[in-house]
Amino acid sequence: MFEREILETVIPRLADGFVVTLEIFFLTLLISLPAGLLLSFGSMSKFKPLKYVVKTLVAVIRGTPLVLQLIVIFYGPGLLATWAQGIEISNFFIEWMSSWHVMDRFVAVIVSFSLNYACYFSEIYRGGIESISKGQYEACQVLGMTKTQAFFKVVLMQVVKRILPPMSNEIITLVKDTSLARVISIYELIWAGEVFIKLNGLLWPLLATGIFYLAFNGLLTVIFGKIEKKLDYYKT
Amino acid sequence: MSILEVKDLKKSFGKTEVLKGVSFTLEEGEVLSIIGSSGSGKTTILRCINQLETADSGYINVAGNVFFDEKIKKESAAEKRKRQLLVGLVFQDFHLFPQYNVLDNVTLAAKLLAKEREDYKHNKKQIIAEIEEKAKVLLGKVGLLEKISNYPCELSGGQKQRVSIARALIMEPKVLFFDEPTSALDPELTGEILKVIKGLAEENVTMVIVTHEMSFAKAVSSKVIFMDDGVIEESGTPEEVFDNPKSERTKAFISKFED
Repeated sequence: MFEREILETVIPRLADGFVVTLEIFFLTLLISLPAGLLLSFGSMSKFKPLKYVVKTLVAVIRGTPLVLQLIVIFYGPGLLATWAQGIEISNFFIEWMSSWHVMDRFVAVIVSFSLNYACYFSEIYRGGIESISKGQYEACQVLGMTKTQAFFKVVLMQVVKRILPPMSNEIITLVKDTSLARVISIYELIWAGEVFIKLNGLLWPLLATGIFYLAFNGLLTVIFGKIEKKLDYYKT
Repeated sequence: MSILEVKDLKKSFGKTEVLKGVSFTLEEGEVLSIIGSSGSGKTTILRCINQLETADSGYINVAGNVFFDEKIKKESAAEKRKRQLLVGLVFQDFHLFPQYNVLDNVTLAAKLLAKEREDYKHNKKQIIAEIEEKAKVLLGKVGLLEKISNYPCELSGGQKQRVSIARALIMEPKVLFFDEPTSALDPELTGEILKVIKGLAEENVTMVIVTHEMSFAKAVSSKVIFMDDGVIEESGTPEEVFDNPKSERTKAFISKFED
């Protein structure tokens, strides 16, 4: 069962899938970490229309499954284009929509994952920012700091310390959520393992993918633990 | 000209009128104590002058700068901030920055401000060294030189408050305000704070102190205001207010503190 040849074909295939998994993971983080901060500012904005648009977006994204969002973002524009042809709307619109339809699958994955995680992160950020006492801002103000200085020099570090545990939780969930990309035929780690069931009737490669997830999440847990410990030098 | 001038200051929170027209002046080098029961509007006066609240009407002038005038409606954040540097406020709950050590707590705002100086790029090292030197002198003055690299969570309440006094002093405010600086402290720790404030009074630092420490107020102040229900019920020298109060309310308030 564990013949060398089989091992030699299975491992590289799983590694290929794992690379795609990592790509989804890092690109999503790269976009959603800052995008979440922008969304959190939007949801705390004094400008009411912006606040409610952002809050509605966050509610819709958090209230529906990621799989569904993935499907809507990948197929939705094409379906709209077809519908638009039926009602004789401008050619430009149809072309624009159709161009979306042939959108790269991978782009669709990154767009939907980033949007989804940005919304979750924004709520964590918001909770963290709102938990900082008003006194910190007031102390900054009476010392003549600008609002930007107060946020970046005083508040942000305290927010980071507070949100680290929920953020690490969410980020570890993202590692596992990357497997959902397979619903729009992205060849990621789970798919790479599953192939061998159909091809060779082998189940163990699929089970072995678990080791990849476990190892990677183990690494992340260690890293987050280290950061938490590093921020442990003070208490609020 | 008075260094602080407050005229007919009014402020409401919702339907509650907290300040019903408060006027007073303070000369350079004087120490003013504001006494009165909770909810009489003492803290709101400080918060209005320090731009943490916007008054509804009236006039505030600090060192020749108009801080508030009901006729002036809109103004830029930059103007507001420029004025902010003329006043300093020590909070009841210290509000130190937990992630910075004692020295950084004191120097942070000064260092950020120094970045706006034209010669900052050329003399960066020297400017920072000067700020740190100044901070050490102030921390020495409040008796915390040996705690310079400690974090706020490692300090007692009294030590925290002394750091926050040094933090306010480094900005060299024209008038330094104290909002019940000893109210969050255990009774045995109030002494160290009062000693620091007394030291400042001897150096002729202009101060306004909201306090419940009557004997301290009597000893340190050049002027005392007794606030009651949003108005100045009585004001004068400490001898006048504490020893010969004219108003019945003042008498009743002060007698509560005499045992």
